[in-house]
Amino acid sequence: MPAADEYDGAGHRFTTPLEVADSLAAVGYIADPRISGAVFLAGRLGKPLLAEGPAGTGKTELAKALSRVTGARLIRLQCYEGLDESKALYEWDYRKQLLRIHASRDAAAEQWQALERDIFSEEYLLARPLLEAIRSEDDVVLLIDEVDRLDIETEALLLEVLSDFQVSIPELGTVAARRRPLVLLTSNNSRELSDALKRRCLFLHIGYPGAEREREIVRSAVPGISEHLATQLTQVVLSLRGLQLKKKPSVSETIDWARTLLLFESSELDPADVVAALPVLLKHQSDIELATRELGRVPS
Amino acid sequence: MTVATARSGPPRPGPDGPGRLPRAPQEAAEAVLAAVEELIGELRQIGVPVSTSESIDAVRSLEYTDPLQPDQLRAALAAALVKSHRHGRAFDTVFDLFFSPGPRPSQDGGPAPDADGTPVRGRLAARLAGAGDTELRDLLVRVLDQRDDLGLRAVTAELVDRHARIRPGQPVAGTLAVQRTFRAVEPDDLRERLAGLSGGADGSPVSGLRVRLAAEEADRRVERLRQEIETEVRRRLVEDRGAAAVARSLRSALPEDLDFLTASTAELAALRAALAPLPAQLAGRLSATRRRARRGPLDFRRTVRASLSAGGVPVRLAFRPPRPAKPELVLLADISGSVATFAGFTLHLAQALRTQFRVVRSFVFVDGTDEVTDLLAGSDGAVEAARRIDESGSGVRLDGRSDYGNALRGFWDRWGTQVGSRSIVVVLGDARTNYRSPSVESLSELRQRAGRVYWLNPEPRAAWGSGDSVMDQYAPHCDDVVECRNIRQLRQFIERLA
Ligand SMILES: Nc1ncnc2c1ncn2[C@@H]1O[C@H](COP(=O)(O)OP(=O)(O)O)[C@@H](O)[C@H]1O
Ligand SMILES: [Mg+2]
Repeated sequence: MPAADEYDGAGHRFTTPLEVADSLAAVGYIADPRISGAVFLAGRLGKPLLAEGPAGTGKTELAKALSRVTGARLIRLQCYEGLDESKALYEWDYRKQLLRIHASRDAAAEQWQALERDIFSEEYLLARPLLEAIRSEDDVVLLIDEVDRLDIETEALLLEVLSDFQVSIPELGTVAARRRPLVLLTSNNSRELSDALKRRCLFLHIGYPGAEREREIVRSAVPGISEHLATQLTQVVLSLRGLQLKKKPSVSETIDWARTLLLFESSELDPADVVAALPVLLKHQSDIELATRELGRVPS
Repeated sequence: MTVATARSGPPRPGPDGPGRLPRAPQEAAEAVLAAVEELIGELRQIGVPVSTSESIDAVRSLEYTDPLQPDQLRAALAAALVKSHRHGRAFDTVFDLFFSPGPRPSQDGGPAPDADGTPVRGRLAARLAGAGDTELRDLLVRVLDQRDDLGLRAVTAELVDRHARIRPGQPVAGTLAVQRTFRAVEPDDLRERLAGLSGGADGSPVSGLRVRLAAEEADRRVERLRQEIETEVRRRLVEDRGAAAVARSLRSALPEDLDFLTASTAELAALRAALAPLPAQLAGRLSATRRRARRGPLDFRRTVRASLSAGGVPVRLAFRPPRPAKPELVLLADISGSVATFAGFTLHLAQALRTQFRVVRSFVFVDGTDEVTDLLAGSDGAVEAARRIDESGSGVRLDGRSDYGNALRGFWDRWGTQVGSRSIVVVLGDARTNYRSPSVESLSELRQRAGRVYWLNPEPRAAWGSGDSVMDQYAPHCDDVVECRNIRQLRQFIERLA
C-alpha cells in the first residue's frame, strides 16, 4: 500500500491541529484539543477516525462541519440493523439488466458472452455510499454514522474500505480511491465494536463538553444570547448531568433551551425558568420529577 | 525517562512539506521516541491492549506533532493507542508521568526552562516563597476564582513545597503527599469562600438554585486544585525516581479488572461506572446471537409440498420452528457481608437484562432463602437494588452468617418444583459454609431438574476448597464453576449464556 502522503484528499489540507480548531470554529463547530488533534492526525495519516460517545455530543455534526470547512462533498452512510452490501457498497441494477437481456433474446449464442460482459459493466452498477465515496473525483468527507447499530457480522463490509480505501467487485475488479476521503465513523457505544474495525481507525471519545466549551457552543449556535445567560444556562445543564438520571440532557437540548430563552427575552435565569425548561431538557417523567426536587433544594 | 529535556524551536512549515514538522534535533526526537515506547510498554503492562499496528501509528504521529505541545502529543497518542473510553483514565495517568512538563520554574527570577514558562513565573515563584500562609491562601482563592491556570500552577508548587513532605527515593505513589497538601488547604473552607464570591455578587436575589450552582462551580474549582496538586506531586516523584519507577508504584487495575471483593470505595465508583453501559451492550450481543439462530432447520416435507404449485421448483423454502428462544434465568445469590457487592452487581445486571430471558427470578440467601424478584423489578441501579434487599431483611433467618446447606435446602423445598428443563440456575457465592453442613444433595437434585446449573465464585480459583470453602464438593453438581472476580469475567460468562 502506498504511503498516505502520496494521496491527496480532504483531510490533507490542515497543517496544524490549531488550524483544524480555528477552521472548525469559523463554521460554528467548537472543538477541544482532543478533537482537533484527532482530526488533524486522521487527515495526516490518512486513516479513518472513529468518534464514540453519548448521543447529542456533536459526532455527526463534526463530519458536517468538516465538509463545510474543506468544501468536500459529504457522503453519509447511516447504519441500521439489517444494512447489507447492496445498501452500503453497490448493487447491480437488475431491472436494467433484465431489460437488456430481454432486448437481445434473439441474439446468436456466441453473442451471449459479450452480453454477459456488458450487463456487468459500470453502466449497470448502482453505487451506494461507500463505493460512491471511493469512486468520487472530488474530495469527500465520508460519514459512516452510528456503526454500533450494525450487526457485528456486517461490520466486515466496511473493513476493506477502511484499510485499503478500495472496493472489490467480483465482476469488475477493484475500485481504488483516487483521492483519499476523510472518513469519520460514529458510535453511541451501544455495543463493543470489533477489534478488526478499531484497529483500522484512530479513536476519539467525545463526551459531554466542559462548562466553558458548552458555553462557547451555545454562543456560537445562538448568536443573540448574552455571555451571562449562556454561563448560567450551561451551569444548570452541568448540574442536571450530575444527577442520577435515566437520560442526561445533551448539547442539542442545551441549544434548544437557549433558543427558547432568547425567544422570551430572558436576561437572568430564575428557578421558575429552570423548572419550566425541564421538559425540553429531559425526556423521562421520573427524571423531570427528580430534577424539580433537586434543583429547588439548597445543598447543605 | 521523560522528555522534559526534549525541546526544539517552535514549529515552522519545514522543507518536508506542509503539516510535517521540521526535523527536531536528533537527540530530542530520540528522547520522545524512547518515552513513547516506554509508555506503550506500561499500557500493555496494566492490560490496555496495544497492537503492533497501533504502536506504529503512534510513532508515525510523532512526525506531525510538536513535542513542545503536550496537548497535541496527548491527543495524537490517545487517538492512536487507546480504542476504548474505559481506558482513557489509565492512559492519561501514564501519559502525565512520561511526558510531565519539566521541572518547575526556578526561584531566582531567571528565565524558566519551560516552553510556556515566561520569566514572570520565576519572579512569581520567588514572591510566593516569601509569602505567609494567609497571603498564599488569599492568592490561591484568587487564582481559582479567576481560572488563572499559570498562577494556579505556581501556587500549587509552593503549597506542595510547604506541605507535601515528599521524601526522596521512596517507592511511593504519592497518595499521602497529595492528601497532606490537599488537607492543608482546608478544602471545605476554600469551597465556601469560592461559592461566596460567585453567588449573589451582582445583587440579584439569592435563590436555592443560585446557591446550588455556585456551590457546584466551587466544587469543580477545588477539584481542579486537587488535580493540580496530584500533577505537581507526581512531577516531583518523576524528577526523583524517573517515570517508569513511578508508573510501577502507581499501577492500578483497569475498571474491568477491579476485584469485586477487595475494591475500595473509590474503586467501587469506577466499577459502577464500568458496569453502567453493560446491560445495553450485552443485550445487543444476546439478541444478535438469538437472531442468528432464529431460523430452524429446513423442513423438507413442507418445502416439497409447497413446490408442487410451482411445477416442482422449490421456490419457497419452509423451515422448522426455531429452537426454543429464550431461556429462564434463576439466580440464587449469597448476600452475606463478604460477597454482597458481587451479588448486588450481578443481580442488578441480570435484572437489567430481563427482556433477554423468558423470565428472570432472583433469590437471595444468607442462612435462609427469599425471593426478591419483585423487590428488584422497580429499582434503578445496583445501589438502589442493594438498599432494598437490605431493608427488607431478605435471606436472614438467624445469626446472619452464611449457611449454604440451609439456603439450598430451603430453595429446593419451596421452589424446586418450579425449576424446569428450560431454567438456567446460577448460584452466586464463595461457597464458604462457616463449617456448617453443605447439603450437597439439594444441589444435586436441583441439577437433575434444571436445564443447566452454573456457579459463579468471586474468589480466586486458588482459594476454592481452602478453609471453610466447599466449592470442590459442590462443583461435581454444576455444569460449570466459573471464577468471577471482576467485570471482565462476569461479562464473559453472560455472553456465554446466549
Ligand atoms: N462542538 C460543537 N459545536 C457546535 N455545535 C455542537 C457541538 N456539539 C454538539 N453541537 C450541537 O448539538 C447538536 C447535536 O449534535 P450531533 O452531532 O447530532 O450529535 P451526535 O453526537 O449524537 O451525532 C448538533 O446539531 C449541534 O447543533
Ligand atoms: Mg449522530
